[in-house]
Amino acid sequence: MSNALTQPTVPASIKQASRNYWVGVLRRIGREKLTVVCAAILLLIVLLALLAPWLIGADPYKTSMIRRLLPIGSPGYLLGTDELGRDMIARLAYGGRMSLLIGVMPVFIAFVIGSVVGIFAGYAGGRINMAIMRLLDVFYAFPSVLLAVAIAGALGQGISNSILALTLIFIPQLTRIAESVTTQVRTLDYVEAARMSGASSLTIIRVHILGNVLGPIFVYATGLVSVSMILASGLSFLGLGVKPPEPEWGLMLNTLRSAIYVNPWVAALPGAMIFITSMCFNLMADGIRSAMEVTE
Amino acid sequence: MSNPLISVSDLTVTFGGSRPVHAVNGVSFTVGTGEVLGLLGESGCGKSVTLRSLLRLHPPRRTTYGGRIEVDGHDILSMSEEQLRRYRGSVTSMIFQEPLLAFDPVYSIGRQISEAIRRHRAMDGTAAEAEAIRLLDRVQIPQAARRYHAYPHEMSGGMRQRAMIALALSCRPKLLLADEPTTALDATVQIQILLLLRELQREMGLSIIFVTHDIGVAVEISDRVAVMYAGRIIEEGPIAGIIGGPAHPYTRGLLASTVTQNMRGTRLEAIPGAPPDLADLPPGCAFAPRCSHASATCLASIPAYETHAGRGVACFHSLNDEGVPPSVTAKVS
Amino acid sequence: MSNDLPLPSAEDRGGPAQPILIVNGLRKHFPLGGGLFGGNKGAVHAVDGVNITVPKRTTLGIVGESGCGKSTTARLLTRLIEPDEGEVIFDGEAVGVPGGMPLKELRRNLQLVFQDSFASLNPRMTIERAIAFGPQVHGLPASEAIERSRHLLDRVGLEPGRFGGRYPHELSGGQRQRVNIARALAFNPRLIILDESVSALDKSVQAQVLNLLMDLKDELKLTYMFISHDLNVVQYISDHVMVMYLGQVVEVGPVEEVYAHPRHPYTKALLSAVPSLDPARRTERTPLTGDPPNPINPPPGCRFRDRCPKAHAVCAEIAPPSVAVGADHRVACLMADPASGHPDAS
Repeated sequence: MSNALTQPTVPASIKQASRNYWVGVLRRIGREKLTVVCAAILLLIVLLALLAPWLIGADPYKTSMIRRLLPIGSPGYLLGTDELGRDMIARLAYGGRMSLLIGVMPVFIAFVIGSVVGIFAGYAGGRINMAIMRLLDVFYAFPSVLLAVAIAGALGQGISNSILALTLIFIPQLTRIAESVTTQVRTLDYVEAARMSGASSLTIIRVHILGNVLGPIFVYATGLVSVSMILASGLSFLGLGVKPPEPEWGLMLNTLRSAIYVNPWVAALPGAMIFITSMCFNLMADGIRSAMEVTE
Repeated sequence: MSNPLISVSDLTVTFGGSRPVHAVNGVSFTVGTGEVLGLLGESGCGKSVTLRSLLRLHPPRRTTYGGRIEVDGHDILSMSEEQLRRYRGSVTSMIFQEPLLAFDPVYSIGRQISEAIRRHRAMDGTAAEAEAIRLLDRVQIPQAARRYHAYPHEMSGGMRQRAMIALALSCRPKLLLADEPTTALDATVQIQILLLLRELQREMGLSIIFVTHDIGVAVEISDRVAVMYAGRIIEEGPIAGIIGGPAHPYTRGLLASTVTQNMRGTRLEAIPGAPPDLADLPPGCAFAPRCSHASATCLASIPAYETHAGRGVACFHSLNDEGVPPSVTAKVS
Repeated sequence: MSNDLPLPSAEDRGGPAQPILIVNGLRKHFPLGGGLFGGNKGAVHAVDGVNITVPKRTTLGIVGESGCGKSTTARLLTRLIEPDEGEVIFDGEAVGVPGGMPLKELRRNLQLVFQDSFASLNPRMTIERAIAFGPQVHGLPASEAIERSRHLLDRVGLEPGRFGGRYPHELSGGQRQRVNIARALAFNPRLIILDESVSALDKSVQAQVLNLLMDLKDELKLTYMFISHDLNVVQYISDHVMVMYLGQVVEVGPVEEVYAHPRHPYTKALLSAVPSLDPARRTERTPLTGDPPNPINPPPGCRFRDRCPKAHAVCAEIAPPSVAVGADHRVACLMADPASGHPDAS
């Protein structure tokens, strides 16, 4: 068996092979037209929001008493104006910044915290798991909308408080997903085999657990972005989130509500943005989920 | 036996998709009334796919059938959904490896059996219940009247298997399809189920097609056996003949690589390599890449299935009793 | 042979006569129910007072039906599950006691190969890295570990250049099981427990893997514990055989002796339940009726007595002790003990 040294070593093959999985996932995503379209729309919305100051000439804060509630297609105001005569295109683009931030931030923070707690609970098992999960079950006793309103109400108005409230809502959900996925993986033979090698728990989690559980948790989290956006809009709508005159889709929907009989199409625009964005996040999450499944 | 009960001719089953899988590639066989045919082969050889085709159980949108299946005068492949529903259970029924799949977990097993009886046979509730209890007793479930009310998860593996046999036989089928029904069972339970099936088969004059990967099980249950490889039947004949003198190199290899009693100290004759990819079958004999007798002809063309005196084999170099192909002996002499 | 491998194999300390593994009174009960308000509902007596002796460079076959505790025994010995009780002596050294062999060293010397070849490999890790993981844990640098892994792949018959970078789902069942064997070998173990490791394989592939196991055993001076429900395969590969029923050993002895002259009624039943390959000699009577019971709160006395054709009143009273009935051949049945009071005792 000493011929090992003469064996041709192809270290490149290792790197190449480990890339293969993600290349495969990307290829499978590429084959799903719906997922690609959703991703493209989202990219467009994100770019529009990020580059709003450079793309949009109009000032989203500039009011005009004479140009209130212009209909869609008015000259100079392609998507009309709101109840204070502000340009809708500018408001929608700038509003996207805040809405996307409130949609993504809480989910991202909750993803990090939930994964850590959930993977720990799942891997530890037994009583530690039971204690953590029962504690989180308390949060499930309340409807999430009610809980968000209650927390945001208690903390007071403001963006950071809305983000905090939403994060607190999502942590239990993501922890539960992380815990259940980890519990499944933990009992698989390859984790047992790793334990038999004498590896420490941290090594086993890093090498064998993370790669197999982060995917499903991430996909679930992507789906939550739409929930987060809708809840954030709800908070703004109730006056608990973003303060006027700051543009934000949920808040815009609220303030335009009175204009629904005068100019329904303009009034519906922020709602349409929320709907399109959350829909795209959901469909993309589904697409990634199916692309990540390794069968056969 | 003028007309066989089951006659399958040139059956092909292909599953669609971007890479079509040719699971069954021209299978023909007949089974007479009261006969037990064992379908023997390794995983992916198409034995279960063939069996399920007899009930047309494959998802219709992905599956393409070819050839002809006739069971008791019914042309299975051209039946309407409605005809198929009536045919399933009453003419042909099936037992599986996992009995939990055959039962609905929320109803008692007795109720499920008596409902099947009422659906297919003109019987009222009380008569159907009595018949169900009789069947449960017949498959040797102790305290049948009490077990009538048991739920599937409350029974042990062997008992569930018996209950599934009772369910399958509740509508007096002529043909029973068995898909590895004893594979998941413990040895002492497996032999009980095999003996029970044999007994019921004799008593009811059933025809059985029994799919298995275990030669020992095939010997215990079948009159005739057909060996499958890569979606084709490569050899067929009476069980004693096949075991005693396999003609196809694959059958011979399979027998030689199966560990039997008193083989200690001998080296096993394993078949090298692995079965072919069903989405990418070789042009010639599918076994040729693993076969020690393979010649250029074998790699180029598919051997015809030839029958002689109740035995059939598909091989250019079929073996005689010494395990040597006749073509080789001819050259030597 | 194995000394040129980067991980030094543990020395043979006790000499050839010292059994590589001695297990005394191994016991594991899993409590049932419990929870917050559940009272004590009893326990699953998964393994109940099992003694094992495995001589060096032999194979001990362990047979029995589901629930007999054979897989739990494997997990207890590898400490994937903590035993309630029991002494484990590896090559003359007590394991896990002060001054004895530390657990980490036992794990290197004793490896387990599972039945499910797919579940026992990380789906997102190339097989090369999967094999290298163990040696890396034991301090081998990554590049050397990979080299060792490729070398082992070659040894189990998988061309490293072609297969090393593949993922488990790109291999066949037989190839995956070869990878699992290579992973176990990566530690230079002296004892390998094979838990139904060839049971899920097709017969033609099973023969390849069995041949490989026989070669490796000779070449690397290995000892095997071979757990299987297939009595023919156990007879083929084992030197000694141990028959388990409901968490206890009912019979143990040299394989020829036990197969030719089984003394326990359960062993007899198990052997006659094996389908013969002779169509002229089909089984005509069932050797046993009923299913193997659950090992939950087993009754006192002999645990087999409910299914035993020779059960007698005395079987309900006395738990049969293990008695010697020949050289190395022991059986736990009152009929083998003339003083037990069983009418058929001899």
